[in-house]
Amino acid sequence: MATASSAKKIKKTSKLGPILINGSLLLLILIWLLPTFALLVSSFRTRFDIQTSGWWSIVPHRAWMTDRVIDPDPNWDRDGVMNIEGAQGTFEEFRNGITLDNGTRVFWIGNKRIGKVEIQAYKWTSNFNFTLENYGQVLGGKTFEVRQPDGTIKTEQADNFVGAFLNSLTVTIPSTLIPILIAAFAAYGFAWMRFSGRRVLFVMVVALLVVPLQIALVPILQDYVRLNLNGTFLGIWLAHTGFGLPLATYLLFNYIRGLPRDILESAFIDGASHFTIFVRLILPLSVPALASFAIFQFLWTWNDYLVALIFIGAKPDVQVLTMRLAEMVGSRGNDWHLLTAGAFVSMVLPLVVFFSLQRFFVRGLLAGSVKG
Amino acid sequence: MQRSSEKPRQPGGPVQWLSVNAIGLFTALAIPLATFLVLYWGFFFLRDSDAPKIVIAIVAIVWGVGGVAALYLVANSLVDRLGDTWRARIQPFIFVGPAVAILLWYLAVPSLRTLWISLLDRNGVDFVGLSNYIAVFTTRNMFTAFRNNILWILFGATASVIFGLLVAILADRSRFENIAKSVIFMPMAISMVGAGVIWNMMYEVNPNVGLLNAIYTGVTGNNPVAWKAAAEIAPWNNLFLIVVMVWLQSGFAMVLFSAAIKGIPGEILEAGRVDGATEIQVFFRIMIPYIMGTIITVSTTIIIFSLKIFDVVQVMTGGQFGTQVIATQYYREYFTNQNAGFGSAIAIVLLITVIPVMIYNLRQLNDQEAF
Amino acid sequence: MNRKFAPLFVLLLVASLLLAACPAATPTAEPAAEPAAEEAAPTAEVAEEAEAAPTAAAAEEDAHPGEEAAMAKGLTELAAAYHGDYEGTIVTMTGPFTDEDAVKFDNSMAAFEEATGIDIQYEGSKEFEASITVRVQAGDAPDIVDFPQPGLLGTFAKQGKVVPATVMIPEAWLAENYLQSWLDMATMEGPDGPAQYGVWQRFNAKSLVWYPKASFDAAGYPIPTTWEELQALQDMIVSDGDTPWCVGIESGAATGWAATDWTEEFMLRTTSLENYDAWVLGELPFESPEVKNAIESFATIWNDDSMVSGGRAAIVTTFFGDAPTGMFQDPPTCWLHKQGNFITSFFPEGTEYGVDYGVFYLPGIDAEYGSPFLVAGDIMAAMTDRPEVRAVMQFFSTGEGVKGWLAAGGALGPQKDVQLDWYGSDLERDIAGLVNNATSVRFDGSDLMPGEVGAGSFWKGMTDYFSGAADLDTVLAEIDASWPR
Repeated sequence: MATASSAKKIKKTSKLGPILINGSLLLLILIWLLPTFALLVSSFRTRFDIQTSGWWSIVPHRAWMTDRVIDPDPNWDRDGVMNIEGAQGTFEEFRNGITLDNGTRVFWIGNKRIGKVEIQAYKWTSNFNFTLENYGQVLGGKTFEVRQPDGTIKTEQADNFVGAFLNSLTVTIPSTLIPILIAAFAAYGFAWMRFSGRRVLFVMVVALLVVPLQIALVPILQDYVRLNLNGTFLGIWLAHTGFGLPLATYLLFNYIRGLPRDILESAFIDGASHFTIFVRLILPLSVPALASFAIFQFLWTWNDYLVALIFIGAKPDVQVLTMRLAEMVGSRGNDWHLLTAGAFVSMVLPLVVFFSLQRFFVRGLLAGSVKG
Repeated sequence: MQRSSEKPRQPGGPVQWLSVNAIGLFTALAIPLATFLVLYWGFFFLRDSDAPKIVIAIVAIVWGVGGVAALYLVANSLVDRLGDTWRARIQPFIFVGPAVAILLWYLAVPSLRTLWISLLDRNGVDFVGLSNYIAVFTTRNMFTAFRNNILWILFGATASVIFGLLVAILADRSRFENIAKSVIFMPMAISMVGAGVIWNMMYEVNPNVGLLNAIYTGVTGNNPVAWKAAAEIAPWNNLFLIVVMVWLQSGFAMVLFSAAIKGIPGEILEAGRVDGATEIQVFFRIMIPYIMGTIITVSTTIIIFSLKIFDVVQVMTGGQFGTQVIATQYYREYFTNQNAGFGSAIAIVLLITVIPVMIYNLRQLNDQEAF
Repeated sequence: MNRKFAPLFVLLLVASLLLAACPAATPTAEPAAEPAAEEAAPTAEVAEEAEAAPTAAAAEEDAHPGEEAAMAKGLTELAAAYHGDYEGTIVTMTGPFTDEDAVKFDNSMAAFEEATGIDIQYEGSKEFEASITVRVQAGDAPDIVDFPQPGLLGTFAKQGKVVPATVMIPEAWLAENYLQSWLDMATMEGPDGPAQYGVWQRFNAKSLVWYPKASFDAAGYPIPTTWEELQALQDMIVSDGDTPWCVGIESGAATGWAATDWTEEFMLRTTSLENYDAWVLGELPFESPEVKNAIESFATIWNDDSMVSGGRAAIVTTFFGDAPTGMFQDPPTCWLHKQGNFITSFFPEGTEYGVDYGVFYLPGIDAEYGSPFLVAGDIMAAMTDRPEVRAVMQFFSTGEGVKGWLAAGGALGPQKDVQLDWYGSDLERDIAGLVNNATSVRFDGSDLMPGEVGAGSFWKGMTDYFSGAADLDTVLAEIDASWPR
């Protein structure tokens, strides 16, 4: 790295720096954006369009477009050579399309019995057939028409998503804040306090990172049944707290441990207690780490399905947004085009959280506190 | 939460302190008692209430967050009245105690229970010794799962860390920082079901619908390939699932790296630049060492994510076509096949794989000096 | 700072809690959901208590006609329910169906709930397997569970978590209202030997071939009634330049299940019922010539690129719900699709039975084995035993219990007292007619096999074989090896 020649090279390219940086960033952004963009486009398309054509077909492109359709003459020799509109070929050749010199194509659609012949031209086109219907169903709830035994048809409107949205919020906010607070204390304890069992307990925290939460479902639900906590919001907050704590503690530990030692030392010299240092110094300094964990925990609890299903259930009055979305797809999984719109609806709030917490990722929190 | 708070409230060396003042004693007892009662009452309110959701949510936030904070405050004020020796002994447990108690309840004890069940038969009744473990290490399905998890770590974890770091660093110097970071982060916000829909569409065999096959057939003229399922590209069909994970998880790494980079004091960077270091030297000599701790943390976390990867595989292939991983096998054995013993053994093996990571992090802890 | 701050904080906390609670405290009478499930009081007590209050109210009204009918069938609890004895009780239910099916279910229960005052709370989820396993093991099971696969119910039955149906419903009535084969399919190994666990509430017919009726008529294709006619039709379509069959077995985590249906159809058509039953029980191995022959007899169609739309390669990668779309293109690209009656929900919107599509029975191959019919269905099993739960279970054992759903469409009723005119659409009525014409009815074998096979190696093996990843012998040996013994 430090050889003279490479240093020189770097010097030279450093003028290109901003371009290089923004260029590669742009490339990454485009790659990352592609699937999301595809999802966005698809969320405005009908089920039929999604099934039969790619989302990129909304971009104007050249394709074979039908000019006119003619009914095949029953007398044509379908097993031999046919002459249609100046094109000559067998049935198989027409099925693949025969292109004429004038740029049109003669195309046989269907089989020999009930087919039709299309005369096509290669033209600019775009599949710009957008609908808001998907969003309407996701936001407003599906409409079901149920035939009654007496023959009448009863229309039932499923709940709109507001209830589920509120449920999700009720689950998510405490499930995000509680573990952060508990983990911050624990992280400070592990990082800057001396006590017996520190090592054992810390290893336990790291080891528990890998525990798949599925193994905890049965015993915890057993306890909840005993405590009458099953089906309550309190139960699910505690569950999310428990499942989120290892990561929260671990991430915050590593951040708090990395804070400059001399800050704490000088505070101790000034006679501050651990508690004061934690509240006055550590918490404010850890805001970026707290904010980033808050984002993750929020996302995970927001997008969680299984924990909510087990501990609060799927009844309409308590079900969270993810369950509504999963149900959107229909009893047989036949309405999956609604998922594209649903995914966007459920994305809005996490993004708002991200944007509002992003401002905490700023340089200079430690500025002035470090010498040199 | 109450349960954990009781631990630090042991009386210790209180005799001399008791005589100091009675008012102190009163507050010392009344405040914790009041706190406890309020929290206790809140517990039942939250458990049993069918008040409007918004009310519950607000109470919940006050109760949950405020209550936790109050417990810490009260516990600490109690400990503060103790002598120095006792304070030094007890105070750490006020800090770590609640977290440890919750972890014990929610994860450690269930893990021990799983360990026990892993020694039992499929109905969780008869003791069968280690035969479930023997089965774990001798079935072909499990071999494939182990191999796939290694692929996930080698490619998925590495790529997530590299992309996350790259974006964090590039964005830090770009005027478009917020846009760039938001875009990379966005996939994390998409629910797994949504991600599944879009990536399944990407990999769709029909070139009219699947972008990858549209490009592939357009460029090479070959027949479309079933990227997730094709036996002829196995085991590399796993890579197509890994891409989904990288797409989803790089945002995680990026956010943490970004926070760490922001934590580098500007003065240090300036000093480096003033000393004539090039940007790349600043990067390797100052930034990387400074955020090394974060790099290790993020890598550890993402490796563990890759070890217990579940959602992506379940949504994309359900573990078919040779894409099963340890966690999907656990799910399949425990829930689909109702084989409690075998499923639990798989979960325990998953736990064992984390030992090297634990040892490494323990060393980190030993390097750390505490007060 | 702490000492000053702490009391203040607690005070604030108390105040805010009280404030927040005030508006809520008044309407909160008692947590409604818990007591019914928790108390599990002895039968007599609940009955007494319930009787004391509402009888007076109930007596004022005319007796519900259901009461007498239930009495006549010996369904004591159901009669008592119609009498109003269980008014105000709650029966919790869970199952895998959501969305439209949940609406249909709620609708079909509405009349019963109104007449009896029993509140049936149904909760469906997409992660049914995991959630019911966790709930049952943790002791949080609902009162009644709708199992789409009897195999899972069998596991719980063995663990003694299920109340046998014969405890809740008079055996004589069950025998009267169900074909013996349905009762046999509900008989499972319990802790005290085999018993009948659960009652069949509704079922789906599988041995159906769908075709695009309008195009079929235009092309002049005949509807086949025998295997030979079906083969002639296949050849006719091939010679006209099309592929006859639309086949797709992709289904995410469950890829391959559609192929197991075909295997079962051909097992029923190429070998005896005894062999089919033995195969389902694991007594006849997959490697046996009978099973191999059954698979090969439809593999000759599947492996023939001219027979299947998109060719063999497309089978494994085509989503089962997308497979029939080729039939509805104009003109169709494929003409025949074998699938259960639920597939109509995947047909394009606006298509109509009898106009755009039709259905015929997949004919038998060998006269010796008659015309068998493959079905799948939902079995209701009780996890708790309370009088109102009994009443609901007894209700499910009657045709009335599924009547609302039949009207709404999408299901068939296995109960003998189901009337054909209850079906809300010609489609289900016609299918019920086809089932009635069958010489034998058998349940979807893969649903009866242990999870390792029926929801695992069997799916995977079929997928591997048709994707070309392994040959048939290897696949069959692997399926046999996975059978838990």
